[in-house]
Amino acid sequence: MPVPVNLPTVLRSHAGGAKAVSVEGSTVGEALTALVEQCPGLAGQVIDGDGTLHKFVNVYLNDDDVRYLSSLDTPVSDSDEISILPAVAGGAVGDRFPPLR
Amino acid sequence: MLSLPKTVHDQMVAHCLTGLPEEACGLLGGDLSTAQAVTCYPTRNVAASAKLYTVDPKEHLLADRNAEAAGNSIIGVFHSHTHTEAYPSPTDVAQAPDPEWHYVLVSLRDVQPVVRSYRIVDGKVTEEPVRLQPR
Repeated sequence: MPVPVNLPTVLRSHAGGAKAVSVEGSTVGEALTALVEQCPGLAGQVIDGDGTLHKFVNVYLNDDDVRYLSSLDTPVSDSDEISILPAVAGGAVGDRFPPLR
Repeated sequence: MLSLPKTVHDQMVAHCLTGLPEEACGLLGGDLSTAQAVTCYPTRNVAASAKLYTVDPKEHLLADRNAEAAGNSIIGVFHSHTHTEAYPSPTDVAQAPDPEWHYVLVSLRDVQPVVRSYRIVDGKVTEEPVRLQPR
């Protein structure tokens, strides 16, 4: 069944500028694999080479972070939607004075 | 240049002060094409640390939907540095998620909070002016 995958602004250029792409899949993993097949520029940006979810993205099934569900094995059904957002993180570790520019 | 309404600025700084002694973080909603911030989305720092921040993924999703529903988008992220100046750390630069975003730093090192904004593109940091709008 087709599942819409909502893309963040930073990844839309790999989907011809589209905000969402419709893919086939019965699990989150299948849907994301289909997404990468459809948009090859996304390779390595959502799923890592070892088949796990990329560290710097968050993937949601409807309102829930799939890491708190069954990650890529989470089943997808009719009327579900998948959303991808960048993980937003950082911090002052190792911070020093800025380089002279 | 980032245009920042005073209300958004004040919410941002208040959220950072409330978060002490930990780093605080949040997202800015607005119009990317004009670099106009419209909404402050304070978020939980799930890293719960004085040196690191991670925007709560669930709150990020809700902020993103709220901004999209208003015809806007998330245009950037803000976070505090509790003991260092308002300049992106190597961690901030390495993990900057979107080259179109505005990266706002709120330094709480001194008594008076210092707000500065940066663009981070391909690991290169460029400061941009912040225009405070009186509304």
